[in-house]
Amino acid sequence: MNDPDSLLESLPLDPHQLCMSLTRTIDRRGALQIGLFGTAGLLGGNAFAAGAAPATASTPKPPATPAVPAKPKPDARATSVIQIFLWGGMSHSDTWDPKPDAGYDYNGPMKKFLSSNVPGIQLSEWFPNLAKQADKYSLIRSMTHGNNGHETAAYLVQTAHAPGDRLAYPSVGAVFAHMKEKEYRGSLPPYVVLTKPQGRFSEEGFLGAKLKPFATGGDPNAARFEVEGIVSRNINDARQTARRDLLKNLDTLRKSVGNTPIIEASEAARTEAYEMILGKGREVFDLTKEKPELRDRYGRHTFGQDCLAARRMVEAGVPYIVINYPGGWDTHSNHFQTMGKQAPELDQGLAALLADLNDRGMLETTLVWCCGEFGRGPKIDWQPPWNGGRNHHGKVFSVLVAGGGFKGGHVVGASDAKAEEVAERPVYPVDLLGSIYQLAGIDGHASLPHPMGLEARVLPTETKKEESGGLLTEIM
Amino acid sequence: MKPDPISSGRPRVRLGGFFPPTYSARLALRKFIRRLLICLSGVLLWGLSHAAETVKSPAVPSPNPAPVPAKVNPLAVPAPKAIPPEKGTATVTTKANPVPAKPVPPAPKPEVKPAPAKGATVATSSPTPASLFESPAALKMECRIDQLVMARLKPLGVRPALCSDAVFVRRAYLDVIGVLPSAAEAKAFIDDPDTATKRKRLVDRLLASDEFAVYWGMKWGDLLRIKAEFPINLWPNAAQLYHRWVVASLAENKPYDQFVREMLTASGSNFRVGPVNFYRAMPSRTPEGIASTVALTFMGVRTEGWPKEKLAGMSSFFAQIGYKPTSEWKEEYVFWDPAGTHSLAGNAAPGRASIEEIGKPLVIEGAATPEGAPATYPQQAIFPDGTKVTLRDGQDPREVFADWLISPKNPWFTRNIANRTWAWLMGRGLVHEADDLRDDNPPSHPELLAYLEKELVGANYDLKHLYRLILNSETYQFSSLPKSSKKGTEALFAAYPMRRLEAEVLIDSINRITGTTELYTSPIPEPFTYIPQGQPAVSIGDGSITSSFLSLFGRSARATGTEDERTNLVVAEQWLHLLNSSHVQDKLERGPGIKAIVAAKRPANETITALYLTILSRHPAREELAAARAYCGIGAEEKPGKTARPEHWNDLAWALLNTHEFLFRH
Repeated sequence: MNDPDSLLESLPLDPHQLCMSLTRTIDRRGALQIGLFGTAGLLGGNAFAAGAAPATASTPKPPATPAVPAKPKPDARATSVIQIFLWGGMSHSDTWDPKPDAGYDYNGPMKKFLSSNVPGIQLSEWFPNLAKQADKYSLIRSMTHGNNGHETAAYLVQTAHAPGDRLAYPSVGAVFAHMKEKEYRGSLPPYVVLTKPQGRFSEEGFLGAKLKPFATGGDPNAARFEVEGIVSRNINDARQTARRDLLKNLDTLRKSVGNTPIIEASEAARTEAYEMILGKGREVFDLTKEKPELRDRYGRHTFGQDCLAARRMVEAGVPYIVINYPGGWDTHSNHFQTMGKQAPELDQGLAALLADLNDRGMLETTLVWCCGEFGRGPKIDWQPPWNGGRNHHGKVFSVLVAGGGFKGGHVVGASDAKAEEVAERPVYPVDLLGSIYQLAGIDGHASLPHPMGLEARVLPTETKKEESGGLLTEIM
Repeated sequence: MKPDPISSGRPRVRLGGFFPPTYSARLALRKFIRRLLICLSGVLLWGLSHAAETVKSPAVPSPNPAPVPAKVNPLAVPAPKAIPPEKGTATVTTKANPVPAKPVPPAPKPEVKPAPAKGATVATSSPTPASLFESPAALKMECRIDQLVMARLKPLGVRPALCSDAVFVRRAYLDVIGVLPSAAEAKAFIDDPDTATKRKRLVDRLLASDEFAVYWGMKWGDLLRIKAEFPINLWPNAAQLYHRWVVASLAENKPYDQFVREMLTASGSNFRVGPVNFYRAMPSRTPEGIASTVALTFMGVRTEGWPKEKLAGMSSFFAQIGYKPTSEWKEEYVFWDPAGTHSLAGNAAPGRASIEEIGKPLVIEGAATPEGAPATYPQQAIFPDGTKVTLRDGQDPREVFADWLISPKNPWFTRNIANRTWAWLMGRGLVHEADDLRDDNPPSHPELLAYLEKELVGANYDLKHLYRLILNSETYQFSSLPKSSKKGTEALFAAYPMRRLEAEVLIDSINRITGTTELYTSPIPEPFTYIPQGQPAVSIGDGSITSSFLSLFGRSARATGTEDERTNLVVAEQWLHLLNSSHVQDKLERGPGIKAIVAAKRPANETITALYLTILSRHPAREELAAARAYCGIGAEEKPGKTARPEHWNDLAWALLNTHEFLFRH
C-alpha cells in the first residue's frame, strides 16, 4: 500500500474524526431513546441494565442473554485460541458478506460469487476453499461498534472496553494469559504473536510487562523460522552453553550482591529464557518437521505457514496465539489488486487450518476467530486519489468464528442490502468477547488486578450502558 | 584503582583482637557474623554446636588468602582453582548455617588454565573483586540528608558503605543524564586523583549538560502523557511542540512552580503554545477527569479514593475550559470560555474538534437539550483542602486554582515534587508509591521529606538544587551491595537499590557501545513518521514513536501518567532478546563499536580492559581477566597482534552486555 492515509491527510477528510462524529450521533440518538422510553415508561430498567441500546430504530430486539453471564458454563471447551487479526480492516462486502445485487458502485469488478457447502451461505469468489467447508465455521455478519479509527477500533474489538477513562484495559489475549497463568505449564510464552506486534495499543494494559505478547519475528515461510530470541541464526548449542557459562562466571556484581528479590526474579526469568533457547519448546517452530504436502496445503506464503505454526503451538499448549495478518488490509487504494492477491492466501491458510484442526480432533478445543478492527466502506470510492478504494467502516463488518464450542454452518445477524448498516441482530465487541470468554471458562465478571487497586473487570460491567446485543447463544 | 589498603577509616569489626587483613575478608567476616547472629538467635540449641564449627574457617587466618596486595609478584597469582574469597566464605557459611540458606551459585568452573605470566602484567593495576563496587573511604554522614537517614539505620546496626568511583561514574551518568559514560569518560573519572571533589564536580557537570534536560524531558513526557495517538490524542506536531516546551523549560531550569503554573493557566493553539497541550493530554477531558489528572500529576494524589463531592468541588475550577477547532488541520484552541461558547451550535464540543463541525449546526434531536443553550457553570468551587471559594466573574478559575496550588503553604504541591525527585534518584519514594500521598500512607522519613520541601521552597523551586542536595549526599552514594537482609530495610535506603535500565536508556547504551543506531517510527498518521537514525531514544518526544525493543522493555504507554506505567520488571522475553536475538547479536558482530575494540593490535589484556571500560565502565578484576583470557584461548605466550578469534571476543562482549551489572543501575 502506498501510504493511503497520507493522501487522506491532504484532504479535509479524516476517518478518525468522521468516526467520532458518527459515534456521537449514535450516542445522542441512543441516549435520546433511553430518555424517551424512560419517561414514557415503555421499557423497564432491566433491558438497559443488560446493555441493550439499539443502534437504529429498525433493529429488532436483541436476544435476552446478557453478554456478561454471571458464571461461565461448566462445560467450557476452548483450551486454546487462535486469533487471526485482519488489521487495517478487511472489506466485508468483498469477502464473507457479499451482496451480488448491490451494483457496480458497490461491487466494482467483482462478478462471481460462490455458494458454499451449507445452503444459503455465499462467499465471494476469492474463498473457494472456505466455501467447501462452511459447516466448520460460522459467520457473524452484523458485527458493529461504529468506530472508524484504527487505534480505537483495534482497542474496542480486542478489549470490549470503550477507551476514555483512567484504565487502559488488556487485550483478550493478555486476559487469557493471565487467567491461565496458574495452569499453563508449557515452555513457550502463553501469549504469542505471529510474527510482528501491532503496536496500535498496549496489549498488556495495566496487567504489566509479563503479559505482553511475545512476538516471534522471523518468517515461518523462510527455510528456517528464526524466532527472535529463541531460534538463533548462527549460534549452535555448544556455543550457547559455553557463552552461558562465561556469563555466569563474569556476572561479578550479581555474585557480590547475593540473592536479593530483584536478582532472584531476574535469574528466574533468565532461566526461563534459557529453557526456551536450549529446551524442547523451540522445536515447535521447526516447520520442516511437517510433511511437505501439508505445508503446501497451508500455502507456501507467510500467512499459510503462520497458520501451521499456530497449530503446532496449540499442540504445545499455548493458550493464546495471534496471527497479525502480514501486510494488513488497509486498502484505501489499490483495493481490488491487493484483495485479489491476499484474499486467496487468507482462504488457503485459514481453510487448511480448520481442516487440519478438524482432522486431528483439535477443533473442539481450539477456538479460531478472525476479523479486523472494522470492515471497509461497501460503496467504492472512485475519486482520485483512491481510484476504486474503500475506506474504514465500523458500522457493520463480518467475523468468522470456528471451533472451541462455536457451532459451524451458521450465519449470525445480517447487514442491509448494501452491507452498509446492521439489518438485524447487532453483535458488539462485548458480545463476541463475552462468548469467547464463556467458551473458555473465563468469568467475564472476574476482577483483574490493577496496580493502583482500581476496580477492573474482564468485561465492562452492565451499569456502564455498554452497547450489547447479547451473547452468541445461537451458535454456542 | 588501587587495591584496598589495609588501613581505612571504616568502622572495624573486632573479633577477639583479630582483624582480617583485607577489605574483602572483612566484608566476608561481617557477613559471616551477621549470619552467625541470626543462626544463634533463631535455632539456639542446634545452632550453637554447628556455629562453633563455622567460627574456625574464617576466623583462623587462611593459609591462602586469595586477594593479593598490589605489589605481589604477578607470578604468584593464585591458581584458578583457588576459590574466590567472597564465594569461598559464602559457601562455608552456607554449609554450616543451620538456617535454611538460599542457594549459592556454584563456583565458576576454571575451564582453561589462565596465563599467569606475561599477559597478567596489566593485572597488577586491576582491582580485586571486592573493591570493584565499594570504596574504602570512611563515611562522614555530615549533611542533613545523611544524618536523617543514618538516624534510622544506626539503631538497627546497619552499616552502609560508599560505592567505588567506578560505580559512581556509571551511576551518576545514568541517573542524571540517562547516558552510559564512554570508556574514556569512565577512565578519566576513575583516574582523577582529586578524590575530595571529583564526585561533586561530576554532579555539577552533568546537571549543567544538555543531556540533563533531554533525559528528564522523557520522564516528564511520561507523567504528562505526551503522545500523538491513543489513548491520548495530541496529534504529532502538538506532541512535538509540547515536548520541546518541556525540554526547554528544564534546560533553562525554570522554577518548578512557574513550570506548573504555565501549564495550568495556558491558553492558545495546540500548535503554537506548548503548555496548552496539558489540557489535551488527558485520559478524560471532563472537568472531573481534568481534576483527577491535575491531582495525580501535581499533588501526587489519586482521586479514586476521594468522596464524590470532593472531586466535584475541585472540578469546578476546570469547568470553564473551552476547546475549539480552527481551519488548520487538527489545530485546536484551548481557552477560558466563561460564556460556554464552545458548546453552542457551530462550535465543536470539548475534545471533538473537527473542521467538518464548524459552521454546521449541531445535530439536536428532540426539543430542548442542554447542548442547545450556553452552559451554566458552577459558581462555587472547593479546594482539595476543603476551603470553599466563590468564583468571580472575569476571573479564570484555573488561575485561582493554580495560585492556591503553587503556594509554598500548599500541603501537597512541594511535598509531591520533593518526594518524586527523591524517588527518581533513589529508586523509591519517601512516600511509596511516589504518586500516592495520603494521610494513611505516611513517609518513611517524615523529617527528611520536610527538609527537602523546605530546601526547595528556600531555593525558589529550583529543582536542580534538590538534585544537587541528593546527589551529593553519601546516602545517594551508598554501595548497592545489600547491608541487611531484614525485611523493610529497603525502605531505609541502606543500600542503593538496583533497578533495571529503562527501555530507552538500555537501547541507547547498547547503541553507544556497539556504534549502531535504531529505527524509530510511528504509523500514525500515514505517511509514517521516521526519526533520523542516530537520535537517542531518550530524546524521542512523542510516545507514539516507538520500536518493538522499547515496547518489550516496558516503555511507558503514556495513557494514565502514573509512575508505575513504566515498568522495569525483568521478564523472560527480555532475556530472550538480550541473550539470543539477531537484533542484539548483529549489533555486536557487525556494529563498528566492538569491532574497533577487538581489531586493535595490542596485548589481550588491553583489549579486555577496553571492553570492560566500554560496557561496564570499569577495569576488570584480575579473576575476570583470567576468565576472559581462558575463554578466548589466549595462553601465556601471547603473540602480539594475533589474539583471539572474533567470535570469542564477541562472546566476551556479549557476556558483559548480559551481566546484571550492565542491565541494572547499581
